Amino acid sequence: MNAPAIELGNVYVRIGDRNTLCDVDLTVEAGEFVAVLGPNGAGKTTLLKAILGLLPIAEGRISAFGRPPGDNETRVAYLPQRRSFEAGLRIRGIDLVRLGLDGHRWGFPLPFFDRRTAGGRASWKRICDVIEQVGATAYAERPIGEMSGGEQQRLLIAQALVHRPSLLLLDEPLDSLDLPNQAAVAALIDDVRRENNITVLLVAHDVNPILPYLDRVIYMAGGHAVSGSPEDVISSETLSRLYDTPIEVLRAADGRLVVVGHPEPPAVHSDRHGHAH
Amino acid sequence: MLTDEPRLSWDLLADVRHLFDFPFMVNAMRAGTIVAVLAGLIGWFMVTRRQSFAGHTLAIIGFPGAAGATLLGVGVHYGYFTFCVAGAIVIALVPRAAESSFGEESAVIGTVQTVALGSGFLFVTLYHGNLNGLNALLFGSYLGIAASQVVVLLVVAALAVGFIAIIGRPLLFASLDPGVARSSGVPVTLLSVAFLVVLGLAAAEASQITGALLVFALLVLPAATAQLVTTRPAASIALSIGFALAVTWLGLGIAYYTPFPIGFWVTTLAFVGYVFASSGRLVARAVRR
Repeated sequence: MNAPAIELGNVYVRIGDRNTLCDVDLTVEAGEFVAVLGPNGAGKTTLLKAILGLLPIAEGRISAFGRPPGDNETRVAYLPQRRSFEAGLRIRGIDLVRLGLDGHRWGFPLPFFDRRTAGGRASWKRICDVIEQVGATAYAERPIGEMSGGEQQRLLIAQALVHRPSLLLLDEPLDSLDLPNQAAVAALIDDVRRENNITVLLVAHDVNPILPYLDRVIYMAGGHAVSGSPEDVISSETLSRLYDTPIEVLRAADGRLVVVGHPEPPAVHSDRHGHAH
Repeated sequence: MLTDEPRLSWDLLADVRHLFDFPFMVNAMRAGTIVAVLAGLIGWFMVTRRQSFAGHTLAIIGFPGAAGATLLGVGVHYGYFTFCVAGAIVIALVPRAAESSFGEESAVIGTVQTVALGSGFLFVTLYHGNLNGLNALLFGSYLGIAASQVVVLLVVAALAVGFIAIIGRPLLFASLDPGVARSSGVPVTLLSVAFLVVLGLAAAEASQITGALLVFALLVLPAATAQLVTTRPAASIALSIGFALAVTWLGLGIAYYTPFPIGFWVTTLAFVGYVFASSGRLVARAVRR
C-alpha cells in the first residue's frame, strides 16, 4: 500500500500570534494535479512551506510519502513565487538548470574534467533532456536575464524537474505570464506530471488555465482549507460556507468559472481571461 | 637609493627586467599578484550577488582601521583586516525585513560608511596630519610594502580562495535563487554571512594596493568586464582573475616609469578594459542583427 503523496492532520502554523494555518486536514494522492486557491494572505504559501519543512508547525502532523517534511529521501521540488531575474544577470539558463541538480553540493565543478567523466556526462545528458522536455533547447544557452518571463519560467520548471522529483510544489507559476503562455505552461506542467508520474501542488490566482487538468482543488481562506473535486469546492455553497458570506459561482458557456461576491480581491476571476480562447 | 628617475628605453624586455631591480618593486609585484587573484575571484561573486555597495563600504571601513593602526604604530594591514572583518559581521547582522528587501540594508550600510570615513579622518588628524599617508590610504600606494606584509597577504588570500573553492557552487546557487537553494538544503543565511566576511578580507587586501576609495578597480571592474565577455561561470571567473592580474601588473609597471600614482593607472586600465568589452558587445549585437 503506497502512502499518500501529502497528508496533513489538524495542522496549525503560527507566525507571530496569528494562525496562518488553522486545523488543516487534507490528503493528496500520488500522481494527482492539485490547485491551491484562495485570496492573498489565506495561507497558500504557508501551506507549501510547511510541506517543505521550511516552517515549523505548532500542532498536528505533516507527511510527504510517509516521511516527515524536509526529509532528504522525499524528492520534492519547489518553485517559489515569481522570481524575476535582473536583465543584467549574465548567467546562462543551462547553468541555472544545472544548479537544480547539484547546486547543494560543496565544491565546484572543473569544466575540463566535467565533460570527461561518466558522472559529468550523465549530468549534462540529464540537463539537456529536461531542457528538451520543457521545450527550452533553443534558448537555454542565452543569459537568463535576457529571456522573457515565459522562457524563464520554463527553465525554472526544468530546474525543478532535473533531479527527478516525485512531488512538485509550485507557487503561482502562471502569475505575470501573458495568456497564451499561461495556457502553454499549464499544459507543460500537466505533460511532465503524466510522463514522470509526479504529484503536483500548484498555487494559483486564477483557476481557469489549469481547470482542464485538475484532479482536486484546495480552497483556502483565513488559514482554513477545504479540499475536493473542482466542481464540489468551487461552488456557491462551499465557498459561502468557507467565507461565511454569500458567494456565487457562475459557469460561463465555455466552462470557465467566475466567482462573484468575494470578500477580498477575487481569487478566481476570468475577466482578464476574456480573449484566451 | 634611486639616483635618478627610472626611464623607459626602447628595449621592452630590459624595461620589464628593470622593474625588478629594487626589492620594494618585487614586493609590490608579489602583493599585487596576490591581491589581484583574490579580488578577481571574490569580486565575481560580489557582482553576481549584487553586493557592490556592501563591498565598497567594507573597503571604506578599512580606512579608519588603517589610520588607527598608523596612530597606534602597528602594521597598517592589521588595521585593514580587523576593521573590514568586523564591518562585515556588523553588516551581516543587520536585520532585514525580507529576503529581497535591500532598501533597509542600503540605508544602514550608507550610515556605517559615513561614520567610518569621518572617524578615519579623525585618526589621520590625530596623527598630526601626514597628508602623504592620507593619500596612500585613500588612493593607494605601492611603495613600502614589507616582505612580512606580503606573507600576511598570501596567507589570508590562500585561506579565502580555498574557502570559496569549497563553498563555490552552493554560494552561486544561493546568490541566484535563495528560495530554491534553501529548499534544497543549502544553508543560505550562513553562506551569506560567510561571504560577507570573505568579502571583507578581499576589500582589506585590495585597499592596500588601490586605497580604500578605489577598490572597485579590482573588485568590480574585472568581474563586470568578464561577465560581459562570457556567460559561462568558470570561464567568467578565470577571465575576471586574468583581468585583475593584467591591470595590476600593467598599473604597477606604468606607475614605476611615470610620476603618476598607481591608483590612477589601475583604475584607468580597468575602466578602458570595461569600455572595450561593452562596446565590443554592442558591435557584436549590431552585427548579428
